[in-house]
Amino acid sequence: MTRSLPVDVAFWLFGAGSVLSAWLVFRTDSMVRAAYWLLASFAGVGVVMVLLHARFLGLVLVLMMAGEMTIMAVFMVMFMMNPAGLNPMTMVHQHRTAKVAGVVAFAGLALVGVVGDFPDRPADPSRDPTAALGRELLGDSMLIFEGAGVTLLATMIGALAIAGKRGRYGDAEHGSAPPPLGMAAPTGGGGVGGADAAAGPAGGDEHPGMAGMEHP
Amino acid sequence: MTLPALLVVAAALFGIGVYGALSQQTFVMIMMGLELMLNGAMLAAVALWAMSTAGSPKGQLLTVIILTVMAVEAALGFALVIGIYRIRKADMTEKLKRLRA
Repeated sequence: MTRSLPVDVAFWLFGAGSVLSAWLVFRTDSMVRAAYWLLASFAGVGVVMVLLHARFLGLVLVLMMAGEMTIMAVFMVMFMMNPAGLNPMTMVHQHRTAKVAGVVAFAGLALVGVVGDFPDRPADPSRDPTAALGRELLGDSMLIFEGAGVTLLATMIGALAIAGKRGRYGDAEHGSAPPPLGMAAPTGGGGVGGADAAAGPAGGDEHPGMAGMEHP
Repeated sequence: MTLPALLVVAAALFGIGVYGALSQQTFVMIMMGLELMLNGAMLAAVALWAMSTAGSPKGQLLTVIILTVMAVEAALGFALVIGIYRIRKADMTEKLKRLRA
């Protein structure tokens, strides 16, 4: 590890900045600003990772989080009340417990970090870490890498299934209000295509073709 | 830039994340707390990789896995927020006293 002064200064600057912006995430009234403070925190960690010669991972982190925080900010505007922080508000519960838990977690982990006796074997930056990571990902650890890819694919499918407008038993919106009396209750879990086809016209299903797709 | 300093920064990020995940009422703010915890874990993993493993690529692999966990958490979190909002019109934990719709 190069122990030069500029690297040290940059580390303290971006490390402290990262912690400070992480704290501001929960101190600002505006949720959109909170999303961008979180992005600043991730960017600080990304720079520290680059300083540690994990250049690829640091840049991937910044890129990924830039996209994710933009989605988060859009989410805030779409779904949350008061996303712009026009009114000062604190929306917290069990505040004292949360503070104590946070301080205990910090103290415990920092104690391990300071007192712990870790081996002093710094990485050799002359051996390109990015190339080493690439060989590892597509070599010995390919199964883990591919497992992560399949996990992401399954997550995408699951997220679409959860967030889709049409649930397994009909429109997701139907859960928001009890059905009116006299209407045929949705027959859940019948597994027979006829049940859905029968309930379709009675329930005013606009897409009768979808019922067949769900129960092929 | 020493290993204890790096681990203290990582612990601070993790502690703030614990505080946020436990104290916030809005679903998306809770997700931010979880992401901060993963952020601290990732910084600790990279610091240990750079300082104590002689640059073993397995250390970077662990960071890639943490990045995957972050992506999975974000995607499923957003999906659950949308699903809950569709059914309950809820954006806060206090509005979800029961899980059954």
